[in-house]
Amino acid sequence: MSLAYKLAFRNLFHDRLRLIATVIGIVFSIVLVTIQLGLYVSFQRMVTVMIDHTKADLWIVPRGSKFFEDSALLDEHERFRALSVDGVAEAVPVVIGFASWRAPSGGTAPVFIIGSDTRDEGLRPWNLIAGSLESLAVPGAVAIDRSYFDRLEASRIGERAEISDQRVEVVAITSGIRSFTTTPYVFTSLDRARSFTGTAANKGSYFLVRVLQGANVTDVRDRMRARLTNAEVLTPDEFRRRSTNFWLFGTGAGAALFTGAVLAMIVGTAIVAQTLYSSTKDHLHEFATLRAIGSSGAYIHKVIIIQALLSAAIGFCIAAGFGWLVVKITADTALPVVMTLPMTAILLLLTVVMCVLSAALAIVKVMRIDPVIVFTR
Amino acid sequence: MTAPVIEAIDAVMFLGRGASRFEALKSVSVAIAGGELTLLMGPSGSGKTTLLSMLGCMLTPSSGTVRVRDHSTAGAKPEELAKLRRDHIGFVFQSYHLFPTLTAIDNVRLALDVRSENSEQAKQKASDALAMVGLAHKAKSYPRELSSGQQQRVAIARAVIGNPSTILADEPTAALDAENGRIVMSMLARIAQDPTRGVLVVTHDPRIVPFADRVVYIEDGRIVGEERGVADFKHEAMQSQGS
Ligand SMILES: Nc1ncnc2c1ncn2[C@@H]1O[C@H](COP(=O)(O)OP(=O)(O)OP(=O)(O)O)[C@@H](O)[C@H]1O
Ligand SMILES: [Mg+2]
Repeated sequence: MSLAYKLAFRNLFHDRLRLIATVIGIVFSIVLVTIQLGLYVSFQRMVTVMIDHTKADLWIVPRGSKFFEDSALLDEHERFRALSVDGVAEAVPVVIGFASWRAPSGGTAPVFIIGSDTRDEGLRPWNLIAGSLESLAVPGAVAIDRSYFDRLEASRIGERAEISDQRVEVVAITSGIRSFTTTPYVFTSLDRARSFTGTAANKGSYFLVRVLQGANVTDVRDRMRARLTNAEVLTPDEFRRRSTNFWLFGTGAGAALFTGAVLAMIVGTAIVAQTLYSSTKDHLHEFATLRAIGSSGAYIHKVIIIQALLSAAIGFCIAAGFGWLVVKITADTALPVVMTLPMTAILLLLTVVMCVLSAALAIVKVMRIDPVIVFTR
Repeated sequence: MTAPVIEAIDAVMFLGRGASRFEALKSVSVAIAGGELTLLMGPSGSGKTTLLSMLGCMLTPSSGTVRVRDHSTAGAKPEELAKLRRDHIGFVFQSYHLFPTLTAIDNVRLALDVRSENSEQAKQKASDALAMVGLAHKAKSYPRELSSGQQQRVAIARAVIGNPSTILADEPTAALDAENGRIVMSMLARIAQDPTRGVLVVTHDPRIVPFADRVVYIEDGRIVGEERGVADFKHEAMQSQGS
């Protein structure tokens, strides 16, 4: 094995304090980037969680609807028009809206009602940990998520409460269906949702369209667009993109997270560059000697880059540990930091890029030295 | 006589810029022959180190020619100069310049490593070179665990291991006591017995004159004299150094 590795390793471990400073720099910035990125992904997932879990080929949404919870009301005419379009198999209504939950103790909380036909698969609660979907058909039945037990003062099947002064009973409990608005979601049947939210029987928040087998979804969408005058027709992807754009970019939340991540990277790069540079400066006579005994520029680059990559490896391992901890700690909070395998790969790549960029400064410094200095000391 | 391993022809060297610009070498012509140990002597500031740097392809002459074997250094880029040094020159410095974080054997091996030789064979060569300077038993020692004389011997092993045609040494004995100075010089003299290899040693130290086949005198950036059969000139050398 080339001595370049040994030299890099020894240079790095020669000055423990500086190594610690370097590693802290890397860990600090990578953990920050992890959090920013994790929040970003988490936020993005939450914003589209309902769209992601809805089985529909196309969505009929009120004109100008920006995200799932933003719904105005659609008239049933639109549904009938949709059904008359070639290739449309069905168009089932979904009703959503805010309502007030009152616990037996008298405590109240705003909730977000999601109502759909209990016989339809379009938008039903998922991740059930207690109760059953079938029981949602029972009068007064609702499903709640366990992350809102405290807020709703209910934690078991069979517990009772009132929504909009109507008695309800918890028949199903889900896990992990959280809203980024922090208002608890409550699933129920279509009719009950209408009465909880005061929606007329001939109105709906969305119509979920399923196309006939073999029909081309985009063709059907285009035909529907031509027919429906007071509603928009979107594919799930289009709706998802619209929600993400609105929340992440329209509100500046995404920009804030992104800026945070970029700043963290810059600070990290600066710290690593600074420590690598000063390490190189300390070993300048050694690099000059290498140059004097005929080492190529490439060999010297190799030593410095190995030093940078070693720092990256150490820093990344520690940062990954911290990142894992952050993920664990925030897992059950309103906005959990999410970490996926591709994200981990991206972070590793970022760490490497950061360290190699930092090495550039040191390399420029070393390549400027005149090997003649070996004679003057 | 065999073709010189290195030669300078009418080489002029300006150092520094602007007000501190200084003509350190004024039309110097000198050739180093294989199989010889040449001493370069002269007062402080006379241009010895500058000449050594130029012959050693660290600096290119401002005008005139420096040739290493058949390669001229004129217009060479830093990377090309590094290659010339790698292929043809071994250096020994006054302050050794060993790598403090590497063992003696790794310090020697480094000279092969920068030539992309890093096989088991390279390790064997390095340990042979250490044995040649009598330090086989110190292979695993770090420079700080070695005496000055031992450190300079490691440096000599490093200089010769790449089998260069020229060894250039700048005051190799200046930091050593008489005994170690003698050991180091006799090693360099032995290396110079190989007819394909020339050794040039810059020195102030008249005690090492007896090791030389030839002494070249420099003053104020000019070669002012040259002697062979050193024993006779030993006395003169002492006087010109004023020590
Ligand atoms: N970078 C520089 N800029 C200007 N002048 C320089 C520079 N480097 C060296 N000199 C001058 O060039 C001359 C020759 O220097 P050099 O180092 O070759 O002398 P030397 O013979 O090796 O001296 P010593 O015996 O003290 O080592 C000196 O007068 C020195 O001041
Ligand atoms: Mg000098």
